Amino acid sequence: MTAAVASPPATTLAATGTRVPQDTPALVVENLRTHFFTKAGVVKAVDDVSFSVNRGEILGLVGESGSGKTVTGFSILGLVDEPGRIVGGRILFNGEDIAGYGDDRMRNLRGKKIAMIFQDPMMTLNPVLRIDTQMVEAIQAHEKVSRADALARARDALGQVGIASPEERLHAYPHQFSGGMRQRVSIAIALINKPDLIVADEPTTALDVTIQGQILYEVQKLARGTRTALIWITHDLSVVAGLADKVCVMYAGRVVESGTVDEVLDRPLHPYTHGLIGSVPSQNNRGQPLRQIPGMTPSLLNLPAGCAFRTRCPRADKVCEVEPDLTSPLPNREIRCFHPHLEGAA
Amino acid sequence: MNTIAQPSSTAQPSTATEIANAGKTSTARTLVELRGVSKRFVKTLDLAEKAANLLGANVQEQVVRAVDKVDLTIAEGEVVGLVGESGCGKSTLGRIIAGILPQSEGTVAFRGRDVSALKGKDARDAALKIQMIFQDPYASLNPRMRVAEIIGEAPRHHGLVSAQGLDSYVEEVMLRVGLDPSFKRRYPHQFSGGQRQRIGIARALAVKPDFLVCDEAVAALDVSIQAQVLNLFMDLRSELGLTYLFISHDLGVVEHLSDRVAIMYLGRVVEMAATEELFAAPNHPYTQALLREVPRLDSRRRTFEPVKGEIPSPLSPPPGCHFHPRCPFAMDRCRTEQPALREVAPGRISACHLNDG
Repeated sequence: MTAAVASPPATTLAATGTRVPQDTPALVVENLRTHFFTKAGVVKAVDDVSFSVNRGEILGLVGESGSGKTVTGFSILGLVDEPGRIVGGRILFNGEDIAGYGDDRMRNLRGKKIAMIFQDPMMTLNPVLRIDTQMVEAIQAHEKVSRADALARARDALGQVGIASPEERLHAYPHQFSGGMRQRVSIAIALINKPDLIVADEPTTALDVTIQGQILYEVQKLARGTRTALIWITHDLSVVAGLADKVCVMYAGRVVESGTVDEVLDRPLHPYTHGLIGSVPSQNNRGQPLRQIPGMTPSLLNLPAGCAFRTRCPRADKVCEVEPDLTSPLPNREIRCFHPHLEGAA
Repeated sequence: MNTIAQPSSTAQPSTATEIANAGKTSTARTLVELRGVSKRFVKTLDLAEKAANLLGANVQEQVVRAVDKVDLTIAEGEVVGLVGESGCGKSTLGRIIAGILPQSEGTVAFRGRDVSALKGKDARDAALKIQMIFQDPYASLNPRMRVAEIIGEAPRHHGLVSAQGLDSYVEEVMLRVGLDPSFKRRYPHQFSGGQRQRIGIARALAVKPDFLVCDEAVAALDVSIQAQVLNLFMDLRSELGLTYLFISHDLGVVEHLSDRVAIMYLGRVVEMAATEELFAAPNHPYTQALLREVPRLDSRRRTFEPVKGEIPSPLSPPPGCHFHPRCPFAMDRCRTEQPALREVAPGRISACHLNDG
C-alpha cells in the first residue's frame, strides 16, 4: 500500500484491502465490554458501550475520572493490558471487526490506520531518541520507503502541526521541546501515516489556554481537511462544545447520553449531563451557586444496582433500581434513563 | 517596628495606591497591600564557573524574575482572581503573600503593617490570619496523619482551642466544609480527591484565618466535584466573611468567583479590572487573546484563532513589553520600552503602549 491510499474520492481501502463505500462509518463500536479481573473483583470499566464515528467527523467522549472513557479508547487500539480484557461486543473499523485481532494484525493497524494521541506526549516519545529517528521509525515500520523520503514526510508532518523550522527541529531531542511543542510532535507522529481514525485522549488537558487553542486549531483543520475520523476523549465539556460534531457522555462505564453537540448541550436529557452542564461556570451564572451534582463518582467495584447514577440523581425513584436500557425519546438522541428531562418537549 | 501609616485606603493620594486599587468596587478597609513586590531566583555560580571567571570566562549568574514589581491591594471581603499561564509567576506571588516565600524586594502589608517587620506574637498572628490552599490534594496532606490530627494540630499548637475542646472543634470545622465528622479517625488515602481538598480547606479554616490564598484549588478536581468545592468557597465567604486571592489558569472559574481580576504575564501584572468589565471589554492584547481562547459551552464548532508563539523563557524575557513577540499589534516602541501600568478607565489599569495612541 502506498501513501496515496489516504483519500481516493469515492472509496477507500479498508484494513483488509477490500473496498468499502465512503459512507461506511470509519468506526462502529457495538456493545463493547471491557472488564478488569482484579483480586478485589471484576471491574466493569466499559460496559455495553456503542457509538459510531464517520469520516471527517469529530466525536467527543466526555466523562469524569473513572467513567471508562480512556479504557474505551485503549480498547479500540487493542492496548488493554492484563488483568483487563475485552469480554464482549464488536469494534468495526471500516466494516471489519478488529476486537478479536491478534497482536500482529493489531500492530499493522496501529500507527498506520488508527493512531492515538495521549495526554502525556512523553507516552509517545522516547526521551533518548531524536525526533527524526522516531518519526522515520514510525513510517518505515509500515511502509518500504527510503530514509530520505521518510525524512521529507516527517518534515512535512511537523510543518503541518505548526512547528516552526521543522527541518532543524527534526534533529532535536524531546526534552528540547516545551510541553505544547511535544504534544504537536506526538500529533505529527499520529498523522504521519495518514490514519483513518485518531483517538485523542485528553491531549490538551495539561496545556495552557493559549497553547490549547493552538492545538485545537491544528486538529480541527486537519480533521476537516483530511477527512480523518477523530475521537476526542476529555472531561471538559466546553472543549467538546467548540470542537466536536457529536458527543457521548459516559458515566461509570456506560454511555448515558449521546447526540449532536448542539442538541446535547442545549437540551440535556439525562440528569447527569444536566448536572455536568450546570457544574461548569459560565457567564450566565456568575456569582450564583453552581447547580452541583451531590456525592461523588462511585467506585466501579461497588456500583449501586440498576442505574449507576441513581444515588446522586435528584430524579431517582424505585424504578431506577432496574438497569435502564438505551432509549431514543427524541430523534437522533439516545439516553439511558427512566426519568429524562423531557419537560416542555415540543 | 516599621509600620506603614493607617490603611485608610483612600487617604493616600500616591499613584502607586491608585494603581494597586484599580477596579476595586467598594471602599472597604484594605486587608493586604503589596508594594513593588519582586521575586528573583538566582542560580549562583558553582566552583568550576567561579574558577572559569577567574580565568576571564565571564560566566554570568542566571536570574529568573518570577515576580516583577507587583502592586496589589486587596480589600476586606473581596475576592481577587489572579490569572496567568504556567510560568507567569502567579503561584510565586501567592506564596509570597501567604508568607511561605520571602520576597526579594518590596513590602507585603497585612492590615497596614509590614509583615516582614513583625516580630514574635504579632508575626505569628499575622501568619495565622493568612492561610493557603494548595492545588494537589494528594501532595498537600501528610499521609501518616489522621484527619483529626491534620485539622487539629495547628489550632491546638497555637492555643486557639483547649485540649478538651479539640475534638468538638475539629468536628465543627469538618461539618463546616461538608465532611462527615465520623471520618475523623481516617487517613487521607481513604478519601477521594474532592474530599481531600475539603480536608485541606478545613485545615486552613481551623486557625480562623481572614484571608485565604487558593492556588489552583479546584484545578485537579472533576467537573462535578469542582462545582461542589466552588460552591463551598462561596458559602464560606458569606458565612465567615473571608477574603480570597484566587489563583487559577481557568478563566471560567475566576470569572465565576471573583470581584476583581488581575492578569499576569511573565512576572508582571498586565491588566487589572473589575471582573465584569474585564470580561466584557479586555484592554490588553494578551487579555484579549486569553479570553478568545477560553472554551465555552455556548461557542459551538467555532474556528479557533490561536495566539502565535509560546511563552518565552523567564530566564531571558524579551526586552520592552514581554508580550510583544506574540502580540498582533506590536510596534517598534514595544520592542524597546516597557509599558507602564496605568489607568485607562476609572478603576481599570493596563500596561500597553496602544493606550497612549
